[in-house]
Amino acid sequence: MKLRDMTELAVRNLREAILRNSLTTLGVAVGVASLVAMLSLGVGLQQLATSRLSKSGLFDSIFVTPKTNLRGPGAGPPATRAAAPKARPLDEAARGEFQRLPDVIEVYPQIRFFTEVRFDGKPFATMVAGMPDSSKSSGSFDGMQGRFFSSGNADEAILQAEFAKELNPQTAALVGKDLVLRYAERQALWPDGSDEGGGFSVVPKERHLRIIGVVETEPASGFGGFGSGRLLIPLAVAETLRAAQVNDLRDVLRDGGGDKPAYASLTVRVKSASLVEATEAKIKAMGFGAFSLLDASKSLRIFFSVFDLLLGIFGSLALAVATLGIINTLVMAILERRREIGVLKALGAADRDVKELFFVEAGVMGLAGGVFGVLFGWLIGRSLTLGTNLYLKRQDLPGVEISAVPWWLVAGAIGFAVLVSLAAGLYPASRAAKLNPVDALRYE
Amino acid sequence: MGEASIRAVDDVSLEVPAGEFLALLGSSGSGKSTLLNLLAGLDRPTSGTIVAAGRNLAELSSTELARYRRETVGMVFQSFNLLPRMTLEENVELPLRLAEVDRGERAARVREALEHVRLSQRMGHRPSELSGGEQQRTAIARALVNRPKILLADEPTGNLDSATGEVILTLLREVQNHLGMTIVMVTHERPLAERFADRLATMGDGKLLATVAARAAGESAAFEDSAEVKR
Repeated sequence: MKLRDMTELAVRNLREAILRNSLTTLGVAVGVASLVAMLSLGVGLQQLATSRLSKSGLFDSIFVTPKTNLRGPGAGPPATRAAAPKARPLDEAARGEFQRLPDVIEVYPQIRFFTEVRFDGKPFATMVAGMPDSSKSSGSFDGMQGRFFSSGNADEAILQAEFAKELNPQTAALVGKDLVLRYAERQALWPDGSDEGGGFSVVPKERHLRIIGVVETEPASGFGGFGSGRLLIPLAVAETLRAAQVNDLRDVLRDGGGDKPAYASLTVRVKSASLVEATEAKIKAMGFGAFSLLDASKSLRIFFSVFDLLLGIFGSLALAVATLGIINTLVMAILERRREIGVLKALGAADRDVKELFFVEAGVMGLAGGVFGVLFGWLIGRSLTLGTNLYLKRQDLPGVEISAVPWWLVAGAIGFAVLVSLAAGLYPASRAAKLNPVDALRYE
Repeated sequence: MGEASIRAVDDVSLEVPAGEFLALLGSSGSGKSTLLNLLAGLDRPTSGTIVAAGRNLAELSSTELARYRRETVGMVFQSFNLLPRMTLEENVELPLRLAEVDRGERAARVREALEHVRLSQRMGHRPSELSGGEQQRTAIARALVNRPKILLADEPTGNLDSATGEVILTLLREVQNHLGMTIVMVTHERPLAERFADRLATMGDGKLLATVAARAAGESAAFEDSAEVKR
């Protein structure tokens, strides 16, 4: 028989015992739904974790420091220290080199300095931090008051909420106002650049900034920070300030940095977390200290794999129960339809036709169960997300997506349901095919 | 049913010429139905040969037998054996589906077969909405739709009143004449068989007791009766 005729007959047969077949199909659907719901939860949580982490910039970043900084004084006997590759200053040249490495998106220094801000005629002491452009997408600025910097070198400032409250308890009223940043600029002692004695002079300077926003917390900006910044300004602006930083004095003492400002640390961001390892090795080979959080993300992936596996096993148990349902239904159908099988055989159906008919019936039940199951599973995932978000909203936290049903899960679940159903139909189908037509026709 | 083997049909030698209407008579358990099943390719003989349309059925594989049932024979049963959930049209179409006939051709052939049995007006009805006679006519249409050479009927009038039974046998006779089919019909209604069949074959205890031309069949009634008494 042709497949189309076979399918037509199978669907017709299934429709005939609609209640029993629907219940069986529902059994498959519930099995598939629990499988899909559990896996979608696993996938969703994993996606949530990875997207949060990659947004934070922790897992695609390499933190570079000069070798000497990492070792610090007294890190091992002098003999081993001498054997280390020559330490290079973390200066503009090094930054350029990093920038030219393949897969590097951006290289930026950590600029933080403690200084005084005048607002409304009153002085406030605070920590200023430079924000790279990429921090906009870190998630920390989602749901902020006001807006992010209009450009990379705008004279604008975003206040950290606690600090903003010091300036004015009504933080919303701050947006659009100006403040004055008073800072100490580093100037070379010898303007001609003949940097003989080392050291620098510090000149007080002022800069007017417009407050454009208030944010809850400073985005996690990696290592090397000294306390979190409370006044955030564009990184490019911070760099032009050439403000004296905490490390400056130490640098002068150590290698007589002089005019060329060396960075205390640089953050190198690469395209994806998977590229971190290779880039990190290259930077180390160039003679710098480098560090990343890659290992942490690796163990996270292992955790989620195990998590998915466990959820999958529980889901499969539900599907196994559904499989028994299919076998039962089809075996019952053979008893009930002995006569029909006999008629089909008398009319010239080969054993194979009968077998295929039962097989297709099982497959159709599996397909329908799979489709409905994916739908149910997706709904379960949606409602879990909805419930979670309701809870988060009550806690004044932004919503999250905790379940995800990617296309491979849809296709996989339906395929799995059909496959399991076909396997369940194997025994009933071959039993039906072997039925002796004479006996089957005699059956009343 | 026990494990003990029964010789349902034993030492029967019977030849049915093409185009003949043969009635197989005998009491219950005489082996006439088994003989019909053997002819239909539904059962296999443990020994001996059955040659139909030039092929020895005893030697065919089960797939070849299915093909033989599909293409060479049509069957009519006592209890009609229509599939209750299908309409007449779909019931009659079933053998065409099994034979993988094109969809376009199927509709025409179903209509033609139903016109033969004068039921084309009721194509969309289900068997349960029909009388017994109409159901049996549908079954005949189903048996004819694949244009088989041989029509096998197992007690086709057994579930019908005598008037309806006559209608059915008239129809079978008509089919035989029009389409030149060979018909083998199992029955225990001797008077009807005498009126419609060309030849009567009487079975008892698995053996063929007598074959007589229908017009002369009445004369051997005494012999057949005595055979039954003996059993």
